[in-house]
Formats: sequence, structure tokens, C-alpha cells
Amino acid sequence: MVPPTPPFPHPPGPFAGTDLACLRGERLLFRGLGFSLAPGGALVLTGPNGSGKSSLLRLLAGLLAPAEGELTWDGKPVAEDAEAQRARLLYLGHQEGLKPTLTVGEMLALHARLRGGRAAPAGLAAALDALGIGGLMDVPGRQLSAGQRRRVGLARLLVHPAPLWLLDEPTVGLDEAALAAFRAVAGGHRRAGGMIVAATHADLGLAGARELAPAEFAPDAAALEAVA
Amino acid sequence: MSAFIAVLARDLRLGLRHGSDLTMVVSFFVLAAVLFPFGVGPEPNLLARIAAGVVWVTALLAAMLSLDRLFQADYEDGSLDQLALSPAPLPVIVLAKAAAHWLTTGLPLIVVAPGLGLMLRLDPAGFAPLVLAMLVGTPCLSLFGAIGAALTLGARRGGALVALLVLPLVLPVLIFGVAAVEAEIGGLGGRPHLLILGALLAAALPLAPLAAAVALRHALESA
Repeated sequence: MVPPTPPFPHPPGPFAGTDLACLRGERLLFRGLGFSLAPGGALVLTGPNGSGKSSLLRLLAGLLAPAEGELTWDGKPVAEDAEAQRARLLYLGHQEGLKPTLTVGEMLALHARLRGGRAAPAGLAAALDALGIGGLMDVPGRQLSAGQRRRVGLARLLVHPAPLWLLDEPTVGLDEAALAAFRAVAGGHRRAGGMIVAATHADLGLAGARELAPAEFAPDAAALEAVA
Repeated sequence: MSAFIAVLARDLRLGLRHGSDLTMVVSFFVLAAVLFPFGVGPEPNLLARIAAGVVWVTALLAAMLSLDRLFQADYEDGSLDQLALSPAPLPVIVLAKAAAHWLTTGLPLIVVAPGLGLMLRLDPAGFAPLVLAMLVGTPCLSLFGAIGAALTLGARRGGALVALLVLPLVLPVLIFGVAAVEAEIGGLGGRPHLLILGALLAAALPLAPLAAAVALRHALESA
């Protein structure tokens, strides 16, 4: 069911963050947050809504600059080579970025080419099969259900391999079969040395994953006054 | 390069499948130009005198109409995140989107423009410089427009804001575009004006995608 994961084009070095702080508008979501992720590791972000899980994921993806602290890959700051870092990661946000008028196959092929790869039809079909949506290749985006959209978003992770997956609530809207498929895919990715950071409220079945709650690093009112 | 072609192909495909944007831009262009003979009267000399200016101004406004959609749809459905996370440099992706915008709006305007010139009794000597000036000038509109569209991402009433931001920037394109046609008709030769338009395009090609990319990163930060 799961396609053999090709070797990563980049060595999956340890990915770590130290003393990270995130500022959204006027509000400091967290500060002093640190983590370290070894090849094959998984990190699950937990906590109540609005505690900064999605912001932390966007920060890890490089879409958001940390207000303080730095991210390192294999000991080197990722800010030194942002393009190489973007090549190492795949991000699945709340929205899958699917177009109503493009077919699933076209969107996956575009994704592969956008990441500098070739889009072999066999590879695309294998990615869809792995998530149990092999029949959706020629279906336009507007006809997909919410669960199918999510599965297409997950299939994108397999089209062009990258060692670091950043997933924002990857299993929202998935049925039991899709959940099992996701677990198989995630397990295969980690066995190949890939890393996963996922924000979730559900049990993703990531064995041995460490938990991180951004809310624990939220500055309390007293600390904020001390800063001011 | 692979990312440039991928984004260009994607946007062209989206533009052609949607179709409505393209039809709207071209029909606005034609309708607005057709209004002028009704407004100023059908006097041939008067129309011939203002023909170049009318075609250019209406083309400019028509191009503005479609600008706010340049990044907005991608921003709303999350695909802008994916584009910004591509290993390819963001300015290259912006350039591809601006190129697709020009091919789906600028180019159709150029195809229609001689017909409008004919309707407005443009001097026969003016047709070649009009098409040439638009060929060089309309890509500038798409490039400058990309900056405005990126800056207004996420803003309410983005469309009007884009026009406010971009229209002052494209004033030189309008001035030299019209001057090229008038100079050719007046026997002075439109070449110097076309060269200035070319210089504007040469400057906008590398600089506008850089500026728009910075604005996009900023918009994504607050997403």
C-alpha cells in the first residue's frame, strides 16, 4: 500500500529551535520555547485553540519570522540558507490550496514541479493510492469533499520527498480508513529518517512522539510587565 | 526555471478555464472606449485627436480591474503558502504570475486595440506605434500591478486600493505610450518614446518582482 520512500535529497540532520518567541500583532504567544528533533523523530503540538500551535508551525516553515531565538538544521542556522531549508520541508496548513478548476493529478504534478522534481504519472498514482484515493486523479478540485481534500493535501507529502513534514491538524475530516492510511504513511516516512511536527487535537498514532504545548511557554502578565 | 514554467502553466490554465476574468477585462476595454464617441460626439477630427489617449487610458483601467485577483485567490485558498515554500526564489514565482497575467489580459487588449483605433478614426500612421507601444507598455502594467496587488493582500476593498497605488506608478507608461503614437502621426517619429518605454520595462522586469516578493512575505507573516 505504502510506496517505497525514495532517499531524501538532503541529509535529515537534527532540526532544533532554541529560545523561540512568536509575536502576532501586539500579542506575544510564547517565548523561550525550545525543541530538538532527531531523524525519525516526531513532535506533537498540543494545547487549546489559539495557544500558538499553528503560529509555531508557520514559524518552523519559515512563513513567519521568530521574534526571538533561532532554528537550526544540522547545527547551522536555517536563516543562512532559506532556500535550502524550504527544499527540506513540506507544509500542510489548514487549507490545502486546491483549485476548483484543476484536477487532482494536475495539482500534484504542479506541486512536484514547483519543488524542482519531475512528476511521473506512476509516482502521482502511487501517492494517491497510498491514501486510498487512487480514483481521484482526474477529478477537479471543486468536486472533492472535505475529507478528500485533506487526503489530497496529504498525498502531496509523498509526491516529492522532503525530510521534514509540518502538519497542521492533518487528520481533520478523515474517516477511519484514511486515518489508518495516514498512520502507515507517517510511519514509513519516519522509518526512512524523516521527521514530523504535527499540531493536533486527535491521536495521530505517532509512536514515541514527544509532546510540546506552546501554551506552557505563554508569558504571564507579570513577566510581560517586567519586559515593559 | 522549472518552477517558473510550472507557475506560468498553472496560471494560464486557471485563467483559461475560468475565462470570466478575461472576458470581463476585454469587454470593459471595448465598452469604455465605445462610450467616448457618445460622450464627445461623432465628430471625426475630434475623435482622431483623442483616439490614442482614449485607447491607452481605457486599456490601463481594464488592466487594473483584474489586478486585485493576481494573488488574492491564492492567498485565500492557501496555495500562496505552497508557492512561497517552493525552493525556487519567490521573485521568480512572482515574475511567472505577472507573465501569466500579461498573457491573459495585456495580450488580448493589444489584439482588440487596433479595432478600437479604427472606430475612433485613429490616423493610419498611428496603428503600428500603438501596437508596438502597447506590446512594451502593458507588461509594465502587469509588473507594477504585481507590487500593488501584493501590498494590498488581505486588505478589504483591495481592488480600489490597488488602483490607487498603481495608477501613479504607471503614469509614465501612459504618457510615453500616447506620445509614441502622437509623435509618429505628427511626423516626428515615435522611436524615442518607444525606447523610453523599453527602458521602463527593462527596469521593471527585475525590480518589480523583487519588491512584490518582499510585500508577499510580509502579507504571509500576518496571515
